Amino acid sequence: MKPAPFDYIRPDSVDEAIGVLGEYGDDARVIAGGQSLLPMLNMRLVRPEVLIDISRLDELKQLEKTGSGVRIGAGVTQGALAIWVGLEPDLPLIARALPNVGHFQTRNRGTVCGSICHADPSSELPLCLALLEGEVELRSDRGARRVPASDFQQGVLNTAREADELATNVVFPAASNGAAYAFDEFNHRHGDFAVVAVAARSEGARISLAVGGVADRPEVRHWTGLEGSAIDDALNDLAWELGGNDDIHATAQYRRQLVRHLGRKVIEETAR
Amino acid sequence: MTKFAMPEEIREGDTHVGRRMLRVEDRSLLRGEGQFVDDVPVKKGTLHAAFLRSPHGHAEIINIDTSRAEEMPGVFAVLTGREVAEQTNPMIVGFENPIDYYGMAVDKVRYVGEPVVAVAAVDRYRAEDALDLIEVTYNVLRAAVDPVEACEPEAPLIHPRADSNCVSKRNFVHGEPDKAFAEADRTTELTIRYPRNSITPMETYAVLSEPNAETGGFDVLSNFQGPFSVHTVMALALRIRTASLRHRSPKNSGGSFGSKLVIFPYIVVLCVLARKARRPVKWIEDRLEHLSASSVAPNRVTRVEAAYGNDGIVTGLRLTHWDDHGAYLRAPMPAPIYRMHGVSTNGYDIRNLAVTNHIVMTNKCPTGAVRGFGGPQLYFAVERMMHKIATELGIDPLELMRRNMVRADQFPYKAIAGALLDSGDYLRTIDETVTEGGLDALKKRRDEARAQGKLYGIGYAACVEPSQSNMGYISTLKTGLERERAGPKDGAVASVTVSVDALGSVNVIGDSVPQGQGHQTALSQIVADQLGLDPEEIVVSLDTDTSKDGWSIAAGNYSCRFAPASASAAHQAAFRVREKMARIAATRLNVPPGDVEFSGGRIHAANNPENAIPFYRVGGLAHWSPSSLPDDVEPGIRETAMWNAPELTPTTANDEINTSLAYGFGFDFCGVEIDRDTGVVRVDHYVSAHDCGTILNPGLAEGQIRGSWASAWGATFIEEFCYDDDGTFRSGSFAEYLVPTATELPDFQIVHPTPHPSPYTRLGAKGIAEGNQYTTPVCVANAVADALGIEDVQLPLKPAKVLRWIGGAEPPPSKGIQTNAPAQRNPSAIEVSGQMEVPAPPQEVWDLLLDPDRMARLIPGCERLVKTGDDRFNGTVMLGVGPVKGRFDVNIELAELDAPRRTTLTGTADGPLGSSRGQGSFVIEDSAAGSTVAYDVSVELSGKVAAVGGRMIKGAARQLIDRFMRALVRQAGGGGQAAPARHRSGFLAWLMRLVGGGR
Amino acid sequence: MKNLSRDSRHHVTFRLNGVTVEGFSEPRMLLSDFLRHEVGATGTHVGCEHGVCGACTILIDGTASRSCLMLAVQADGAEIDTIEGLANADGSFGILQQAFHENFALQCGFCTPGILMSLSEFLQDNPDPSVDEIKVALSGNVCRCTSYHEIINACIDAAAALRTSKAEAR
Ligand SMILES: Cc1cc2nc3c(=O)[nH]c(=O)nc-3n(C[C@@H](O)[C@H](O)[C@H](O)COP(=O)(O)OP(=O)(O)OC[C@H]3O[C@@H](n4cnc5c(N)ncnc54)[C@H](O)[C@@H]3O)c2cc1C
Ligand code: FES
Ligand code: FES
Repeated sequence: MKPAPFDYIRPDSVDEAIGVLGEYGDDARVIAGGQSLLPMLNMRLVRPEVLIDISRLDELKQLEKTGSGVRIGAGVTQGALAIWVGLEPDLPLIARALPNVGHFQTRNRGTVCGSICHADPSSELPLCLALLEGEVELRSDRGARRVPASDFQQGVLNTAREADELATNVVFPAASNGAAYAFDEFNHRHGDFAVVAVAARSEGARISLAVGGVADRPEVRHWTGLEGSAIDDALNDLAWELGGNDDIHATAQYRRQLVRHLGRKVIEETAR
Repeated sequence: MTKFAMPEEIREGDTHVGRRMLRVEDRSLLRGEGQFVDDVPVKKGTLHAAFLRSPHGHAEIINIDTSRAEEMPGVFAVLTGREVAEQTNPMIVGFENPIDYYGMAVDKVRYVGEPVVAVAAVDRYRAEDALDLIEVTYNVLRAAVDPVEACEPEAPLIHPRADSNCVSKRNFVHGEPDKAFAEADRTTELTIRYPRNSITPMETYAVLSEPNAETGGFDVLSNFQGPFSVHTVMALALRIRTASLRHRSPKNSGGSFGSKLVIFPYIVVLCVLARKARRPVKWIEDRLEHLSASSVAPNRVTRVEAAYGNDGIVTGLRLTHWDDHGAYLRAPMPAPIYRMHGVSTNGYDIRNLAVTNHIVMTNKCPTGAVRGFGGPQLYFAVERMMHKIATELGIDPLELMRRNMVRADQFPYKAIAGALLDSGDYLRTIDETVTEGGLDALKKRRDEARAQGKLYGIGYAACVEPSQSNMGYISTLKTGLERERAGPKDGAVASVTVSVDALGSVNVIGDSVPQGQGHQTALSQIVADQLGLDPEEIVVSLDTDTSKDGWSIAAGNYSCRFAPASASAAHQAAFRVREKMARIAATRLNVPPGDVEFSGGRIHAANNPENAIPFYRVGGLAHWSPSSLPDDVEPGIRETAMWNAPELTPTTANDEINTSLAYGFGFDFCGVEIDRDTGVVRVDHYVSAHDCGTILNPGLAEGQIRGSWASAWGATFIEEFCYDDDGTFRSGSFAEYLVPTATELPDFQIVHPTPHPSPYTRLGAKGIAEGNQYTTPVCVANAVADALGIEDVQLPLKPAKVLRWIGGAEPPPSKGIQTNAPAQRNPSAIEVSGQMEVPAPPQEVWDLLLDPDRMARLIPGCERLVKTGDDRFNGTVMLGVGPVKGRFDVNIELAELDAPRRTTLTGTADGPLGSSRGQGSFVIEDSAAGSTVAYDVSVELSGKVAAVGGRMIKGAARQLIDRFMRALVRQAGGGGQAAPARHRSGFLAWLMRLVGGGR
Repeated sequence: MKNLSRDSRHHVTFRLNGVTVEGFSEPRMLLSDFLRHEVGATGTHVGCEHGVCGACTILIDGTASRSCLMLAVQADGAEIDTIEGLANADGSFGILQQAFHENFALQCGFCTPGILMSLSEFLQDNPDPSVDEIKVALSGNVCRCTSYHEIINACIDAAAALRTSKAEAR
């Protein structure tokens, strides 16, 4: 279990990083925290020609609240976010979800952006980004663009990022005062990828629910004025719509049951 | 903040045995100064090995092309299974059988992960690079996976010389079972399917092998755990004298739990590889290799039948086992089932027994020892049966167990299948456990929980815990006649050497090959007591060297051998040293040797402690002054005990066998609560008691109980090696094969019942390290059965399964909801069907699909696609999702062509990421938009991606289809409408697997 | 910009337990391999090479990380701490080591280096942790010999001893 050979480039600036990324395109892989990439490299599931290490770029380490929300640079680790003072007030949902992302040792290196770029269908952070309707900022030699979460993650390990683009930031809209948030997930062991993860937001009569681990990417639904058994019906329909797959950890049917059960749980939690 | 319970000292007088002495081993381990195989410095120029492994469960090897690998710089040797077969003999097992096993695949692969080619290169990185250059062509065969089905005549035959995959079948009759069943008030039966698991030590297999010109053999360093009986197997395979195979094990080994027994086939292969490379070669197994291809406990199907009276007394038991050993038998397999033969009736006084053992070959990883060694499978069946009988009679299960238990006045008790249960008072142990563990309170808790509508159950399990295996038990597999021909096999020799040097320093060496159990500590306690020294003064070395140490075939660490055997040998060796020193001292003290005592570093007259000589002085005399020794005393002080117990007799003519020497007793009970919504089983209260006779060191003993409990919890709840029906392996990483971590393990209570020392071991000690392997899975299963009122409880207790048992139909979706829920025909396949609108007439779509040049352009990642014959295509495609991609060699064949309307396809795609096979059909019809393409396809994927990426495979396949579809629509329709966002894709999934590419 | 070619071995240096060490590494070499086989610091163990088992955990610039999920060239210039640096200056067991010793918190000791390093950081940040917090902190380290309870006990003892020693130092 050792990686195949590759060249290693450590750019000194974001501009340089974009330059080499433009040069190598699909032959290159960006390495941020490496917590998903290195296992894949070690198993030789991924064989880039060039690795571009952005983990030391100070430019990418800003973490700030802006007009549009909390903007998190691609160098910000999950661990750094976890101890950020604004986490609980501005990103209460992430505060609930983050302790479930791996273990503190993987959060020490794994980045927020890296998790979103990796686009695992069971991951917590992409799920939160989808629910909160955040954005990903991409830059390449061709320019910069912002892609809404709903367009960014497209399927299993698949995003709207073009091969020459670097994700420089993700933006999570900050919590609004009247809204309540809840998160829950089921896994066999703490820190594993979720079998099913759910996140809910409610504000007034509007309920939003995001579900991870069932479809090929996080799926979000919005409902207004749902109450009582209508919630169960809506969740049941959502469960069937997403379908789910059988694997050795759980059956599709079990995943649907978790959508119903955990969905209800987090929706109720936001109502409290 | 409360700590978990701590072990207490159990000592009589001022002995060191029984003291909670802290571990000697910690001194180096806690400083990072341990010596594991991969820590030991190697010669410059040592090479590193890697294995190319089978992606298939069952396939013929058509061709192996190693030429590019051989030419790679840094590669010193490339070795195929065929070469190994030419240079070695098949590795023998304990009975004649139709299996030729060489440690590597020859002509055929029989399980995913089987070594096909070995490479030795300057480092592991390069060795793996070389694997990438090797091309193997396979013809994939149907696999046999289920052990019962594998015995059917129509099952694919795994070994060509066999007539059946059942390579050994034996019927045993003890007492008069047929009569018991005919005369019983009632009979009942139950079928158990015990899963495959292992305890996956943290340190994987590690071997360093070097040819030795002087002996014509090899010097090997590995973390092999014994039994050393397989040293012979290796030497015979290598066609060398046993003395020419020098095996050493270093000071430390990172856990084994049985697993490191079957490292020996790798040792043989590494020797051949080193000989070919003419250099030392080292191989450190990686985790993926370990999970797919090291060793597991056999999964087993057991049909258990019982005959019993209305009073709850069980009069007869019938056990029919199908023991699934995977693709090969490796010595001492199929030992687990035979190791437990003598205690088939557990701790119950059941006098009529019938046992049928099927030893079955399947297309899975071969088996080996795993902590518990045949016990978990057996006791799961017996203890579930006791629970079932109690339920049928409406008796409390514990009461039923008690009625049938062997009573205290029956010891030593000869079980009907031959085990000589040495000592114990099972009912007393149960009473003490029930009282201390709070069973009454637990019952109240259950009643309250049930009153609140909760699903709550209580389970019990008892076990006889065998320790120190009889080396003869495996012969029970043979018929009496065969045994007679082969000569008797019995006993189990343990060796410890104690020496005292000229300054009185004491050295101990032994053959117990520990993997963390603290043997150094325990041996120092035992020897210290004998010699009147402080354990701190004694140096114990347990690294081994077959060329220098005292050892015999039973050497090693398995089946709880240490406490009964190694401890006895140490006691005996130290005792001999003591006797010798007493005789020397006696001449100085002018007392008879029998009146000499040892304490506080002095040897003195028993009745006058002042009349003394320092311990070191006697050591000095023995070395410096042989002339001063009594006449019949040899100079020097070095005593090797080769200890054996006469109770370990050979199998009798009527197949009775005292399988082990000492038998402890374990009793557990627990309460579980099951969540109705999620099926999660929560252990609410768990109590475990073990009477293992004399406890050498409570800290070590409790560590064994706790460790066993933790791994048993894993086996109960989450651990399982999963295979598809085609032999595809699914549990290839530590993210797929789940093992317990700190957050899941509940607390549990250990009760120390009154000990009943063994009369047959020198210190009265019995093994303790396996008990919870036996009791915990079935104790929890009985509680689940109690909670849910069901019979069919199968491990592991994954919530999805438990939820099914709870029952209740899934609510259907509302009308009009389009569902993505799969309706699988073959659960292991990626199976999809559906239809697509394509904005082009059928003929155009048809022509496009059959034109390799246009398809090659159409398919992203396609590097080459050519027509190789009528309706046959071959190509090279980069396939994958996101960053995960690899080059695949693709073959497609079309059949039943009905242009431009329909065709069926079969195809394969092979590459380093895995192998896939598929078949399907598609039909093109006219539609308003142009054509409708309807498809129905099933694809199976095996190899690396299937083993480590199970969670995402189906989604990834769908994604590939989606991309292909878009490209097809674009090409056929000249940039017309895109494919619908949602389609149930199947054929295209398959097609994409075969010919379509990632980004 | 640093550009290291796959075909050569590149100079890598860092401080290991306070001492500067160096060696040569291809870009693809894992830090765990570099530590063990180039530098000779075999105290850090490797159990899975995919980030799950935690045996290879070390401190990089003070934070616990998987050395199997990092390249050696990425560690150039870093401050690294491993099990070999845990003992007191006089060679006696440090607080965490002593607590493990007294609680039988290791058997084979293969998982131990990663657990000790993980807990070093954890106890720094959580001087008085609850059992549940300790369990969560340990969830990224697999031990197959113990039941973790022994390790949790050791962690509780070590936390208390660390608090005392800090109070005394004040
Ligand atoms: C034991 C273990 C448990 C885990 N458990 C969970 C879990 O429960 N939930 C979970 O969500 N995750 C989990 N993870 C994965 C998580 O730790 C990773 O941190 C995260 O998925 C990736 O972040 P990273 O910074 O490490 O990215 P890397 O591994 O460096 O990169 C991941 C991918 O994203 C690309 N990428 C990264 N950054 C950028 C960028 N700025 N621009 C363009 N492309 C980029 C890379 O090229 C690569 O393909 C676990 C990992 C481990 C080892
Ligand atoms: S070896 Fe690094 S986490 Fe297992
Ligand atoms: S002590 Fe052996 S794995 Fe933890």
